[in-house]
Amino acid sequence: MENQDILVNIQDLSKLFPVGGGIFKRSDVFVHAVSGFNLQIKRGESVGLVGESGCGKSTTGKLLTRLINPTEGKIEIASAQGVIDIASLRGKKLKTFRRNVQMIFQDPYESMNPRLTIYDTVAEPLNVQGIGTIVERETRVSELLETVGLTPATSFLFRYPHELSGGQRQRVAIARALIVSPLFVVADEPTSMLDVSVRTGVMHLMQDLATNLNVTYLYITHDLAVARYMCDRIAVMYLGKLVELAETEELLHHALHPYTQALLSAVPVPDPTHSRKAVQIKGGISKPVNPKPRCRFYDRCLLADNSCRDSPHPELEDKGNNHFVACHKV
Amino acid sequence: MTDNVLEVKNLTMHYMTRKGPVSAVNNVNFSVARGESLGLVGESGCGKTSIALSLLKLLPDNADIKQGQILINSKDIVPLNYAEICKLRWKQISMVFQAAMNALNPVYTVEDQILEAMQEHLPHLSEAEMDRRVDELFKLVGLDPKFKDQYPHQYSGGMRQRAVIAMALSCEPDIIVADEPTTALDVIVQDALLKRIRKIQEKLNMAMIYISHDIAVIAEVSDRMGVMYAGNLIEMASTEAIFHHPIHPYTMGLMSAFPSIVGDKTELTTLPGEPPDLLNPPTGCRYHPRCPYATAICSQEMPEYREHEAQHFAACWHPRGEV
Repeated sequence: MENQDILVNIQDLSKLFPVGGGIFKRSDVFVHAVSGFNLQIKRGESVGLVGESGCGKSTTGKLLTRLINPTEGKIEIASAQGVIDIASLRGKKLKTFRRNVQMIFQDPYESMNPRLTIYDTVAEPLNVQGIGTIVERETRVSELLETVGLTPATSFLFRYPHELSGGQRQRVAIARALIVSPLFVVADEPTSMLDVSVRTGVMHLMQDLATNLNVTYLYITHDLAVARYMCDRIAVMYLGKLVELAETEELLHHALHPYTQALLSAVPVPDPTHSRKAVQIKGGISKPVNPKPRCRFYDRCLLADNSCRDSPHPELEDKGNNHFVACHKV
Repeated sequence: MTDNVLEVKNLTMHYMTRKGPVSAVNNVNFSVARGESLGLVGESGCGKTSIALSLLKLLPDNADIKQGQILINSKDIVPLNYAEICKLRWKQISMVFQAAMNALNPVYTVEDQILEAMQEHLPHLSEAEMDRRVDELFKLVGLDPKFKDQYPHQYSGGMRQRAVIAMALSCEPDIIVADEPTTALDVIVQDALLKRIRKIQEKLNMAMIYISHDIAVIAEVSDRMGVMYAGNLIEMASTEAIFHHPIHPYTMGLMSAFPSIVGDKTELTTLPGEPPDLLNPPTGCRYHPRCPYATAICSQEMPEYREHEAQHFAACWHPRGEV
């Protein structure tokens, strides 16, 4: 990989949330929501982050947009001002950085202020960043609304979120994220609240924007079938750890990690004549509260043996073909 | 006499709102035979949950069944009053809801809640028999009976959903209505639960209506399936026929808009437009504003819901896009 091609470089990113504790007592119990997370995202690429609820994928998204502060680690973004480590940004610099990284949230009903018109909602980032004059903002908002398929823009500008359907709102959310021409967009389950018949439209829109505006996505989802269509590469998370990373088709057809294999075999197939392989996994998902220093998947893994119990969590290893996996047994 | 546990005939139901009546269920006909699993699929607001609630008469006060019959074991439940319908619930028809936490009472143990339904409907059983039955139900749904005296908050999402299913099965109903029981669960948990539901349904030879927005889930659990759009049942046939030879353009669009992780990566089609507002539904066929094959007649007259091929019903003027 050429160095200039890398837009986002995440190194050893960790986030620990204290459990319990109080004003006078520091907690010594932590949820290891994200731990030792490493990922490089190339310019113009869409990377999918998949996993079950509670695996830390949304926390990762929030860390990358600095909605929460990381406990340790580096998040380097190659912006026009050179490579900056955003993990340590404060104040004004943090605000400037937000121009480069935007987020699209899951629920288009909750992520918009019901008292702001569509114009105010979409123009707010311009306002905050102090970009353009009022006239320029108006043209820019209209143009972008048309780009995301809300045509004619004039009929949407002065409506309120409650007057729009879920699919239309999600398009507004996309327009709001893209109005400042960000380098990198974190999309946290952007289509999971939408019905099938409107979902495809939003998926196509996001892909078109990626090509036309050269947007780089981190696409967080629990739905592997959607990730297949949206992402160039897929990263699988389990209890705060990245366990497998590969190009999409490679991952779907040649998954190496036992967790990924279990996850793939559990996805229902929209074809009644297709019979799936049985899922090879035991137990249920737990919480990474002060996890033991061994493979996080140890308790549920059917391949695990004593050597897995006694060794630390495996590091991501390159198995060729840009396929990385963290498992002692592969 | 056919062996239909449930028959729905010409069911039309409106919600009365301040803005006028919302036509949530419009002239729906279907039946479910003993031991059969029927899937109902559709998008949010298409009326699938409204049908489920009508079947148990759990409708809110502003709902009005305009016409039609709901026959459970050949008895019409539409005219029944509250006391009469209560006798049917759990025993003849029971329901599993999507939000298991809301369906369970947080201040009673799971065992007590299952016993409650049994004490009401199976008073002839002794206490020991009931206890044994709770253990059996727990094993049936794949829960360890040692958890039975715990409270719902001590259960995980998947366990709660299993407990709710155990409760729904407690009085051996003839038909069980499952409304998106696995939607809030993770795939691995969902997979285990779907397999279990299917096994139980076949083992007890029970009729089941499984409601979901996810056609992949329906493909796993249903023998036959119906597709709903904007309050209308637009197509019904065996699950295989719907997936492989759909008749209605909406079903065709739905099938090709659904991503899958197996097989070749095919282009996903986009259905134009948005589902209609049921306060003011389109005239004629409710799908015509979005339909690529729509002609003049589609906007004027509602197509008849009829048998196009053997056991394959649909309501469309241009089946498979024919003119």
